[in-house]
Amino acid sequence: MITGSAIQAGIDVVAIRKQFPILDREVKGKPLVYLDNAATSQKPQVVIDALVEYYTRYNANIHRGIHTLAEEATAAFEATRDRVKEFIGASSREEIIFTRGTTEGINLVAYTWGRQHIKEGDELIISGMEHHSNIVPWQVLCEEKKAVLRVIPVNDQGELLMDEYRKLLSDRTKLVSIVHASNSLGTINPVTEIIDAAHSVGALAMVDGAQSSVHLDIDVQQMDCDFFAFSAHKLYGPTGAGVLYGKKALLESMPVFQGGGEMIKEVSFDKTSFNDLPYKYEAGTPNIADVIAFKAALDFVDQIGREDIRRHEEELLQYATTKLEQVPGLKIIGRAKEKVSLVSFIIEKVHPQDLGILLDNRGIAVRTGHHCTQPLMDRFCIPGTTRASFAVYNTKEEVDELVKGLEKAIKILI
Amino acid sequence: MSDPGGIQAIEKEIVEEFSLFDSWDDKYEYIIDLGKKLPPLEEEFKKDENKVRGCQSTVWLVADYNNGRVFYKAESDAVIVKGLISMLIRVLSGHTPDEIINAKLDFIREIGMTTHLAQTRSNGLLAMVKQMKNFALAYKLKNTAKI
Repeated sequence: MITGSAIQAGIDVVAIRKQFPILDREVKGKPLVYLDNAATSQKPQVVIDALVEYYTRYNANIHRGIHTLAEEATAAFEATRDRVKEFIGASSREEIIFTRGTTEGINLVAYTWGRQHIKEGDELIISGMEHHSNIVPWQVLCEEKKAVLRVIPVNDQGELLMDEYRKLLSDRTKLVSIVHASNSLGTINPVTEIIDAAHSVGALAMVDGAQSSVHLDIDVQQMDCDFFAFSAHKLYGPTGAGVLYGKKALLESMPVFQGGGEMIKEVSFDKTSFNDLPYKYEAGTPNIADVIAFKAALDFVDQIGREDIRRHEEELLQYATTKLEQVPGLKIIGRAKEKVSLVSFIIEKVHPQDLGILLDNRGIAVRTGHHCTQPLMDRFCIPGTTRASFAVYNTKEEVDELVKGLEKAIKILI
Repeated sequence: MSDPGGIQAIEKEIVEEFSLFDSWDDKYEYIIDLGKKLPPLEEEFKKDENKVRGCQSTVWLVADYNNGRVFYKAESDAVIVKGLISMLIRVLSGHTPDEIINAKLDFIREIGMTTHLAQTRSNGLLAMVKQMKNFALAYKLKNTAKI
């Protein structure tokens, strides 16, 4: 099906698609059109190979083993740490903590730094477009500490009201935790401005980079965020692996998260001394295979070039936006000036779930529902949306398939 | 099928109707048509306590007990779910609690709608079936208690 325009925005989409074996499969007798990338991306062969290679050739527990396999596994695992450091522009490899994903990264900060520093009457600020994983950990913390959670409102375009944000800041503000790019609307938030303002009142700033790490060039030093969390699986890597970046001095001063092996220096029944960064926060046997394979994903991304990927996705976004706007009754939710490549929409008199089922019937995978951002859906007075989200391997032809699928579904449903 | 008008007989009817369709599109068009024809639920019943949990769409389900038989009424804001409800009501409504509790509902698999049973979080057919059986069980227990 994907023939025509092989070269889109300077990248060879046909060649890229060949690296993703899953894109060859059929769903309900039709070629798969995978537009649920904001939920998770597909994996290139190099990532799958890295997983197979690890389990086939050098599976071993890392860091303490003296044998060859342990050394090879440790080297590969730590190579990913160096690669991540470079990928996000961290200043030191010790600032890269491996987690299960973005959610665990946020929880780690809430449970360690949060429990140490937040006191009664303190304030934390999040935004009205947060994923539940950047709401609930703070809510739990605030409830426990009798602190207050404040929320930056969102305008009709799906952008943060920055003036309102500034009004929320005070010397009571201890932390601002903000999504870099919204998973439901696509909005790219002005994080540098948000972080600067937070720092100006002495608060720390955390960034949820689950979506932005896939689409934008990330430089944590330039951004000057104190914490940045993201997941491997949205970034062409395996599920169950993620990263928490934290400024070294902060990570050093924070209490431990989980206790166990790996994170200790010495243990006796009287006292335990803890390991140095980053191992202090990596208790137990980590997700070795997936962390190792994550490096292959990052190499894959940089081999194509983040700038070229961004341009390709931007082109898809523009194309999809224009095409979708022409569908009768369709309304795009999220019209921010700066967006990552996803389009959320509702269609008059049509329930997103019905659309999702009928599109699936044509082999088209989209996401329907509240996208784990219920407060945001309430803001727009809708139960949910249908969301098409694009990755490097998507094409304009696939957008056309989506539009055709929608038109057909609407005809049957209304 | 020794029980004309019984649950299994109705299931068989539905399976036969679906055997006429050779494409998924046709199957879904039929279900959507059933959904559109499902009589709306009176507004008074559309409240939180009648919502079926576990559905991406909102489903309201109420049951009534009359002469030893359970009668269902339901509605949803999503039309495919309404179609599925319509079939469940056609199969289960008007039967005794025991018949409903023991119904195997093989027709769902036979007409190829098992995916909807698995996707409990997205459209909750399973949640609906469970809720319908719970009503039957509740009426049965209430009845036993009276005796």
